[in-house]
Amino acid sequence: MGVDIAFWILAVVGVGAALAVVSLRDVFRSALSLILCFLAVAGIYITLSADFLAAVQILIYVGAISVLIILAIMLTREVRRGSPSGKLRIPAFIVAVLFFGGVAFALLNTTWQVSGAPPLEPTTPAIAELLFGEGGFILPVEIVPILLLAAILGAIVLVREK
Amino acid sequence: MMTMTTLPPDWPGNFWAHWAIFAVIIIVFVLLMFMVFVWLERRAMGIMQARLGPNRAGPFGIFQPAADGLKVMLKEDIVPAKGDKVVHWLAPLVAVVPVLMIFAVVPFQGGAILADLNIGILYVVAISSVATVGVFMAGWASNNKYSLLGAMRQVAAVVSYEIPVVLSVVGVILLTGSLSMQQIVMAQDVPFILLQPLGFLLFFIGALAEINRAPFDLMEADSELVAGFHIEYSGMKFALFYLVEYGEALAISAIVTTLFLGGWRGPLLPPWLWFLVKVGLVFFVMVWIRTTVPRVRIDQLMALAWKFLFPLALLNLVITAVEILAWPSVSPWVLVPINFAIMIVLILLWSRLFKLGWGRVEV
Repeated sequence: MGVDIAFWILAVVGVGAALAVVSLRDVFRSALSLILCFLAVAGIYITLSADFLAAVQILIYVGAISVLIILAIMLTREVRRGSPSGKLRIPAFIVAVLFFGGVAFALLNTTWQVSGAPPLEPTTPAIAELLFGEGGFILPVEIVPILLLAAILGAIVLVREK
Repeated sequence: MMTMTTLPPDWPGNFWAHWAIFAVIIIVFVLLMFMVFVWLERRAMGIMQARLGPNRAGPFGIFQPAADGLKVMLKEDIVPAKGDKVVHWLAPLVAVVPVLMIFAVVPFQGGAILADLNIGILYVVAISSVATVGVFMAGWASNNKYSLLGAMRQVAAVVSYEIPVVLSVVGVILLTGSLSMQQIVMAQDVPFILLQPLGFLLFFIGALAEINRAPFDLMEADSELVAGFHIEYSGMKFALFYLVEYGEALAISAIVTTLFLGGWRGPLLPPWLWFLVKVGLVFFVMVWIRTTVPRVRIDQLMALAWKFLFPLALLNLVITAVEILAWPSVSPWVLVPINFAIMIVLILLWSRLFKLGWGRVEV
């Protein structure tokens, strides 16, 4: 009961914030709405007993990625008024509606498997076991940062002064 | 020797009663310690600088924070005409709430904790990163170049110093085997400052930079930026930013106490008193550093984070992991001198390897 109320509050806040991100003219306020949306998603993770994931969501998305987005916004012009919409406004809207319809159709017509297992308490040992234990996922987790590092180095090489 | 009396986790027996009592305790604790810290800082700084400090309101000026609070509530609230008014209004709230939320996982004594989360210290790291957003909102919404510059410096500092701070916390987590703040206190039969001296130094320096206390207070350097991000704030909103500043100092003191100084554990005195004494001691060291060390430049700030703290934090992590794997059952007292020797050698070595700002003293 309490979890249901929490879910609906978080869901309404999250969807409202997501709509505000795309509809607000002021780019800075859009970024702030995006932060609110991330926080609502973290709250939904908590209602699903995924507390570790929620903390990491706040740490990475709110603490790091949003701040980088805001820093990038500072480097653009016309922050308060936003950029005027171009000729592709109506085609973009149609594509977005089609995409939304497709995703919604797929979501509603899938028979989701619901696990009857009780939520893990505490969650951290289970995550550690999956990462570092026998046949853990440490190798794929380590390969992704190497890929990202290569991308960052590539970006630096591209913009480096001769 | 150690007093290990613990309260049951849901003391006094009801979830909502537990929640309400600890919420009140935390708010009263933060506000009271805020006033104590303001008084302590001004008074101790005064004495260290061979002047008196506030000494008129009450004996030794102890009512000065109360008088300041009353004054600030009566001040006019000024909002910049061309600023973003909604964001300007929201910014102090976004900054204050995470600081108060940190104290939900701080153990005041055995069992005296609002929520003993199993992700305790990760929760602290995550929540404290939200306060940066409040600072950025204040800097942007004020429509003032000095506030924006102050906010940008703040963000640059927080992003850089987050890494050594978190890496030095990982050393403590390796020793404890748990993220829970209560478990970290329980594991400290030897305070971790002795087992992790390098980790403690890195954490303390990084934390000072993250909460922009002197000598890393160039986000609000009076001589360059007037007051940094809160230049356009007055009245109660300014008081909230002031509360954030000292609330963060209090939070860092409490976390240093919990992670490195053995938390509420100690002989003879009651646990909560040990906790308060250790928190006060850590804050006193912060005031001491503020009166002693001159402010750093922005390039020195970045160089210190990336060239000094970051590699040392990585080395500290590797050394701690090797010690735990190689000698899992050795007495901690054998490791204490080894760790201190390693710390001294590494710091001497690294201070030789590079110079801050290429050794330039002038700009």
